[in-house]
Amino acid sequence: MASLLRIGNGEVVPRQHIPRIDFPRFLRVLTDFVRCNGYIVQFFAYPEGERMRLLAVLRNSELHVVETEVERDYPSLTLLAGAKFNLFEREIAEQYGLRPNGHPWLKMVRYHANASGRPDVFGNDYRTDIPGNYPYYRVEGEAIHEVGVGPVHAGIIEPGHFRFQCAGEEVLHLEIQLGYQHRGVERLLTTVPQRRWPILCEAIAGDTAIGHNLCCCQAIEALAGLDVEPGARTVRTIALELERLANHIGDLGALSGDVAFNPPAAYFGRIRGEFLNLLLELCGNRFGKSLVRPGGVTQAMGGEQRRIICAKIKELREEIVQVCDLLFSAHTVLARFEYTGTVNRALADQLGLVGPCGRASGLEYDVREFFPTERYADLPAITNRATNGDVYSRAMVRREEIVHALDLIEQLLAAPEEAHQPVRSAERRLAPASFVVTLNEGWRGEVSHCLLTDDDGALLRYKIKDPSFHNWTGLAMALRNQAISDFPLCNKSFNLSYCGFDL
Amino acid sequence: MFKVIGTRLNQGYRTSPYPNQPVRLSSRFRGLPEINAACDPAIVRRCAGLCPQEAIAAEKRTIDLGRCTFCGACAQVEDGAFVRFSGIFEMGAARREDLIVSGALPDLASHAKAHFKKLFGRSLQLRQVSAGGCNACEADTNVLNTPFFDLSRFGIDFVASPRHADGIHVTGPITRNMRTALLDTYAAVPAPKVVIASGCCAISGGPFYGSEDIIGDLNSLIPVDLYIPGCPPHPLTTLHALLAFFK
Repeated sequence: MASLLRIGNGEVVPRQHIPRIDFPRFLRVLTDFVRCNGYIVQFFAYPEGERMRLLAVLRNSELHVVETEVERDYPSLTLLAGAKFNLFEREIAEQYGLRPNGHPWLKMVRYHANASGRPDVFGNDYRTDIPGNYPYYRVEGEAIHEVGVGPVHAGIIEPGHFRFQCAGEEVLHLEIQLGYQHRGVERLLTTVPQRRWPILCEAIAGDTAIGHNLCCCQAIEALAGLDVEPGARTVRTIALELERLANHIGDLGALSGDVAFNPPAAYFGRIRGEFLNLLLELCGNRFGKSLVRPGGVTQAMGGEQRRIICAKIKELREEIVQVCDLLFSAHTVLARFEYTGTVNRALADQLGLVGPCGRASGLEYDVREFFPTERYADLPAITNRATNGDVYSRAMVRREEIVHALDLIEQLLAAPEEAHQPVRSAERRLAPASFVVTLNEGWRGEVSHCLLTDDDGALLRYKIKDPSFHNWTGLAMALRNQAISDFPLCNKSFNLSYCGFDL
Repeated sequence: MFKVIGTRLNQGYRTSPYPNQPVRLSSRFRGLPEINAACDPAIVRRCAGLCPQEAIAAEKRTIDLGRCTFCGACAQVEDGAFVRFSGIFEMGAARREDLIVSGALPDLASHAKAHFKKLFGRSLQLRQVSAGGCNACEADTNVLNTPFFDLSRFGIDFVASPRHADGIHVTGPITRNMRTALLDTYAAVPAPKVVIASGCCAISGGPFYGSEDIIGDLNSLIPVDLYIPGCPPHPLTTLHALLAFFK
C-alpha cells in the first residue's frame, strides 16, 4: 500500500482507502514530505471507538491524505520534522489529551478541557481563568521590561493577549495567547442538525463568512452527491471575490490610519462599505451570510443584481486606483512600510505561512490556482511582484489582489447570464464511512474543512482550519527586533482572525 | 500635497443623510419580519421546524428577533406565506420580551428608562467589549466611525478605556474564556452606566446556542438596557437604536 493517497479538493474518499500506516513510518513519510516543499493542510486527531487516529492532509502541487494510530502519546513531529507541526500538535494535545513527547514548547492553544477524558496534558484546572497556570516566556535582565496588552483592546476588535519582552523600544520577543473567543464550534457541529451547519460556519469568522461556508457546503455537496449549477458557481465566485475586496480595501485603509495618513484611511473605510453593500445586494446580508447553501445559492443573481455590481465596480475602480496611488506614493507612508516587520522566505517556508502573507514572503501558493473550486479553473491566476516579506510587500500584495479581483468579477459578469434556481434548505443524507476535505482561498489564505462520517453517515468529526492558524506565528516572528510602536502596523499588515483561530 | 487635495475634491461629501432623511436599503435586505397571523398552521409549523435558530414559536406565531439571524429560510416556505422580511431596519428594543414579535416592535424612543436620555443624550461614551462571536458585529459597529456614518456628529463615541465610558456595548455569545474580562470591564465603568447587547449572540448565544463553552445570554450576567438584534445588526440598525434610546 502506498504511504500517501492522492486526493482531490472536495473529493469523497471511502475512509478505508486512506492509508493507515504505523507511527514510525508515518513520522518518516511526513518528515520527508515537509522537507521537500511540502506543507500541512490539516493534521488532527479523531476517535474511532476506543482508538485514537491522527489524520494528515498534505499538499505540494497535489493533495494527499494519510493516517496513523496512537495511544496516549507519540514522538513530537515538531521536534523531529519542524515548526509546521507546532500548533497542530498543541491543538491535538488540547482536543484529545494526546501528548507529543519532546515538543519544544508544549503550550495550550485555546484553553479548554479535552473531549476524551484523558488527563490534561497541560496540567490545567479549567475552573480557573484563562490562561491558567501558564508561565509566559520571559527575557530576564535589568534593562528588560514587559508590556502586556489585552484581552480587551483599546479599539473595537476581538480579544487576545499579547506579551512583549522589550529592551527599550525594541521588541525581543512577542508571545500571543488566544482562545478568548473559543465557542466550541467543531464540537457543536457534530451534535447539531445539518440545517445549523451553514449558519455556524458563517459565524466561524464573520469576515470570511463566504470562505468558510463555501468549504462547508462543498463538503456537504460532495458527501451528498449534489450538483451545483454553473450559474450558482459564478455567484459564489463573485461573492468570494467581493469578500476579498472588502477586506483588502479595509486593510489598506487601516494600514494608512496606522501611519497617521488619514485621507486614504477615510476613503478606503467608505469604499470597503460599498463592497459589503454589494454582498447585501446579492443576498440581503453585508457579510454574505445566508447566500451559500448546499446545492447552490439561496438567491439567484438576476439582471438587476448584475447591473448594480457592474456599475459599482466601474465607478469604484477609478476611485480605488486613485486612492492607492495616493497611499503608495507618499514618502511618509513608504518610510514606515518598507523594511518593517520582515518575515523572509526561509522563515515563512519554515512556518508554512499561507495567503497574502505567504505570497508577500515569496511563497507562491494560491488555492484558486493550485486546487481550483467553483469557477476559478476558468479564470486567470495572479502573480505577486513584491516579495520582501515586509509590511510594504503585504500591502502591495493586497493592492494587486484588489485589481485582480475587480478583473475577475468583470470577466465573470461579461459572460452570458446562466440561469440558476435558488436552493431550499433540506437535510441531506451523507455518504457513510467517508472522508472529504475542502479548500478555498479566502482573503486571508487557505481555508479548509475536513469531514469524516461514520458507518451510518453521521458526522464523526468536523475539523476546521482558518488560515490564521498558520499565520499567527508569522506575526510573532515579524515583531522580533522591531520597535514596539510598529506593532499596530505589523499586526494590521497580517490582519489575522482571532475567532477563526479560536473556533 | 496636490494629490491629497485632488483626491479630496474627487471624493466629495459622502456622509449618509440618515436620520434627517429616510434611506432605503437594497430590496434584498431583510429587516423587521411581517407575520401573517392568518397563516395555515401547517405552514407555520414547517417554518418553525426549518428555522436553524429555533426562533419561531408555532403556537404563538411569533419570531424571537433575539435568536433570529435573519437568514430568510422561513420566508422561502410557500413564498413567504407565514413570514416576509420588510426593509425596516429600525429594530432596537429596551426589553428582551419586546423582541419576541408577532408584528410590530414598540416605539424604542418611549422606553421606561428616560433618565438615560437626560444623562447621556448629549454625550455618550461607550466601551466596546467583544466577548466571542465572529467579528461581524464588531466590524459593522466599527464602520459607524467611517465618514459615511460619522457617529461622532451625534456626540457618541467609542472610547479606549472603560474608565472613560458611560457604558458598555457587548457583542458575542460571552465565551467562558471572556466572562471575567467582560465582568472586569463592566465593573471598571463608573455608575450610572448603561449596557447594550448587540447582535443575536449577545442576546441569546446566536448561532452558538447549546455550546458548553459559552454563557449565551448577556442579561444573565449583567442587566441589559438596550437590545440590538441582527447577525450582525446593520450599521443603521445600531445607529437608529442609539439615537432613539438616548436622544
